[in-house]
Parts: sequence; structure tokens; C-alpha cells
Amino acid sequence: MKAILGKKIGMTSVFTENGTKMPCTVLSIGPCVITQIKTEETDGYNAVQLGYGEKSEKNTPKPLKGHFKKAGVDPVAKLFEVRDFDFDKNVGDEITIDIFEEGEEISVVGNSKGKGFQGVVKRHGFSGVGMQTHGQHNRGRAPGSIGMASTPSKVLKGQRMAGRMGNDRVKVKGLKIIKLIAEENLMVVKGSVPGHKGSYIIVEGK
Amino acid sequence: MEREIKLVQDTFVRKEDLPAFKAGDNVSVSYRIIEGGKERIQIFKGDVINVRGEGTDKMFTVRKVTNGTGVERVFPMHTPFIEKVVVNKIGKVRRAKLFYLRELTGKSARIKEKR
Repeated sequence: MKAILGKKIGMTSVFTENGTKMPCTVLSIGPCVITQIKTEETDGYNAVQLGYGEKSEKNTPKPLKGHFKKAGVDPVAKLFEVRDFDFDKNVGDEITIDIFEEGEEISVVGNSKGKGFQGVVKRHGFSGVGMQTHGQHNRGRAPGSIGMASTPSKVLKGQRMAGRMGNDRVKVKGLKIIKLIAEENLMVVKGSVPGHKGSYIIVEGK
Repeated sequence: MEREIKLVQDTFVRKEDLPAFKAGDNVSVSYRIIEGGKERIQIFKGDVINVRGEGTDKMFTVRKVTNGTGVERVFPMHTPFIEKVVVNKIGKVRRAKLFYLRELTGKSARIKEKR
């Protein structure tokens, strides 16, 4: 398993060799620094803790300051853990975009855009109630029946209803890297990636 | 456009063999067409009436009048299907978009040549 943290920059489209236009997302990836190595003896599992981004010393809480001091690195904005990291690295080492290659298949994890309080048509793909004509009104986007009558005389758990939508952790699998620009730490991925511009994303390799 | 996106687009944009032209110029566009498994080159000759977008999204519109009927085609600037673009005449116009040509016919629809 290999993974690295980055930010979503935005989407664009480029031409492929056979002339079709391909939508793609530009990501700014790494460099990440190793802040802690967890082993089975000490922590019960094998993992590597990576840090990404810059954070001022002033805005770092004291406990985190101690954590960074122990690793001998500057304060970072975001920390995350990778289970069973493939590479043999030590605390303080830098992980860059070089661990990926062009054409490789990756998964991208991010927080999807928040949509606010949404009805069942948008949130769960319900088709609404009835028609728009023949005297019908007011019920076009309604959920319809939410259960049975006196038996069981309650609404079953898990019934899909209106509510907060989006801002969930989403993983998109099977994305392809179409270009790497190592000097600028940029990665171009075919297709879309969850989250808004500037949001943190995790790029996972096989 | 963000600097990073422009940087990515620049690596996909074709720089060679595309002459600089703008609205008002008369151009011949050699466009590769695949028909029934065979490939041939079609030449579309007319006046450029619109250039829009930037990077890989740049498009231009070419207008010609065939048998009294106006024909317009929109080409993506950086598509691999464009074999070449030849600038025949450089036009003297005072606008970036020449949509007013659609309403004109005959002598008034001509564009003066820049000398």
C-alpha cells in the first residue's frame, strides 16, 4: 500500500491522441514528511504517519508541537496514516510524487461537496409522486408512503428520508494518472475527484 | 485560470504548425475526417469570425457562403484532427467578433484586406 496527501486544484480537459477530449482533474500532491512510524510491537499494527502542508509554529497546539519535535520536523497542517506502507523510510524522510508513475491506476479519497438539507428526489433518487397534470398538485417531489398502518405502527429504521446531503468521505476507485509534473508536484487524473477546489485528498496506489 | 491548470494545459497545447490568426482573416483549415474506416482531408475555407477561450479550450469559428447559404464551422484550436491552417488573407476589421456578417450578403459582406 502506498498513499500520499494533496490538494484538489480544479478540473480541465485535454485532447487525447485519437482526438477525443478527456475531462481531467489537476491535483497538487505532496511532498509529505514522515512524522511517526507505528509498528506491531508498540502500536499493535504497522502504519506510517504522514504530514502535509505548512502550519505556523504559533498556531500549533503544545501537544502537537511536542509530537513534531520528537520527529524532528516542522509543524504540518494535516496528518494522516497509511497502513502497511510499502517503502522502507525513516522518520523525517520526505515522500514525493515520485512514488507514482504515469498510467498507473489509483484511488482518490476526499470529502464530497456539502449539498445542505435535500429532499428525497435529489438525495436518494426517488421519482416523486404521480403526474403533473390531471388535477395533481403539490406532490411532485414528495417521498410517498413511508410505511405500513397499525402493524407495525411505526416507521422502520433506515427509512430513506430528506436530510443533510454531501460532505461525506468518498473514495473513487480506478482513476488513471495521465500526466505527472514532478517539478511542480502536479498530478493530472482522468475523471473527477470528490471535494471542492483546495480540499484535502488522499491518493492511494495499489 | 489557476496557474497550475494553465501549466497542465500548456503541456497538451500544440504550439508548432499553427499560424497566428484572428477574426477577419481568411483561412483554409485542413481537417481530417474518418468516414467508413477511411481517412481523408477536407479543406474548409472561409473567414474567421470568432476566436474564443484559452489553453486547450480555445475554439474558432470559420464562416463561408456557399451558393448563397452561409455555412459556419466551429473548430477546437488544438484538436489533433486539424492537419494545418493556412492564412490566405489578413483582414482589416474593427471588432473581435464578426457576427454582424450573418445579416449581410453580397458586396457588403466582404472584409477589407490589410496591406
